[in-house]
Amino acid sequence: MNDQDSLLVGTRKGLFTMRTHGGAWRPERVDFLGEPVTAVVHDETSGRTWAALGTGHFGVHVWRREGGASEWVEVASPTYPARPASATDVDPMRQEPVPWATQMAWVLETGGPQRPDELWCGTIPGGLFRSRDGGDSWQLERGLWDHEARAQWFGGGYDWPGVHSVTPDPRDPNTIVAAVSCGGSWITRDDGATWEASTGMRADYVPPDAAMDPYTQDPHRVVRCLADPDVLWNQHHSGCYRSTDGGVMWEEIVERAPSVFGFAAAAHPTDPSTAWFVPAVADQLRVPVDGRFVASRTTDGGKSFDVLGDGLPDHDAYDLVYRHALDVDGTGEQLAMGSTTGSLWATGNGGERWETVSANLPPVNVVRFASRG
Amino acid sequence: MTAIYDRGVVRVNFTKNMQRHVDCPPEDVSGATLRLALDDYFRIHPAVRSYVLDDQGAVRRHVAVFVDGDHVSDPSSLSDPLGDDAEIHVMQALSGG
Repeated sequence: MNDQDSLLVGTRKGLFTMRTHGGAWRPERVDFLGEPVTAVVHDETSGRTWAALGTGHFGVHVWRREGGASEWVEVASPTYPARPASATDVDPMRQEPVPWATQMAWVLETGGPQRPDELWCGTIPGGLFRSRDGGDSWQLERGLWDHEARAQWFGGGYDWPGVHSVTPDPRDPNTIVAAVSCGGSWITRDDGATWEASTGMRADYVPPDAAMDPYTQDPHRVVRCLADPDVLWNQHHSGCYRSTDGGVMWEEIVERAPSVFGFAAAAHPTDPSTAWFVPAVADQLRVPVDGRFVASRTTDGGKSFDVLGDGLPDHDAYDLVYRHALDVDGTGEQLAMGSTTGSLWATGNGGERWETVSANLPPVNVVRFASRG
Repeated sequence: MTAIYDRGVVRVNFTKNMQRHVDCPPEDVSGATLRLALDDYFRIHPAVRSYVLDDQGAVRRHVAVFVDGDHVSDPSSLSDPLGDDAEIHVMQALSGG
């Protein structure tokens, strides 16, 4: 464990930064206390950190902290262009016009080492935004927003569809995978000009004839193996998937102990056969199986799974881990996860043994490791 | 009376709950409609705009705007006319009990 490491924990009531002290994570500072922090990301190259706040009454606001600085500065927020009078986009579930206004900044991602000033933001109601100046301005990615398939996207859980996963290919920043609940997973190879939906996912929440429709899939979270970028993992509403071709085609993982339902996923940064998930019983029962809270890990590409529960509550636990609330560090040894009931756990050995960092946080939205800051 | 008073002065006030997020001091501005008066305020304090208005320029759903004590009648286009010495209050709508 590196003394410079920190853990950023975005919750319903503030951003908590944990730091290691003698091998254990301890709270170091609290920012935005009382405000919902819906997304956070740290850039190792520049040392900068961005946090997205959903202030409830007063809209979505993005703040930035420079490397080594302690103060946050408000930067621009993703803002939709004026809704044209000719726009006909209607959520098919609600039969109401899609608002061209940011309801939530659901995920923030950096552009990677090749594009240090680039920043991505996936939003509800379905717009993917990019900043080329570190958050000082944002542009809606029209290639995806204007795709005719967006007419089939719908909100699942939230009122409107949303982009929650964005992962540029570290070999080629023009190739990006983005995933939408509910609207499938998408790949561009021309830096966002054109997008293609991936195939292979199966939805059990639509009539059987429509189960394989790529445009109405609900991938909960899509993550990539950085050292082998053709390998991606996908925790879907109706199951678990792995891709070995960069996210073009998904192969279903049918069996996973203790269940295949869940939200979060973490890909090992260097080993393409290893990934972690945090299962819950099922769509209609979003609690740990038998009250025993565990993580589930495969080390053989999804053929088999280890149930990792050492140090985690083994009875009467009702914690759920949201899609951004599980993270793995650059070594693949440290992981952390936070729950909707305000617990935070960390491991330094790939999940073999967990320690409780806190049991008293607000509901956790997002957990991210940061090498500094 | 200065010239600005001849055109009518509009006083804009904000709830303290917003002051937590962004500097939004009370200000005397001018404008014949609510839209014009708020635009004048945002010219002086540009960071405040996105806290009050959404991406399409309408009053945010959980923000309540009052003119001389009355709810605005048109929160989308903000066409409410303002009389001389009008007073605008931007408040937080009650939510969650």
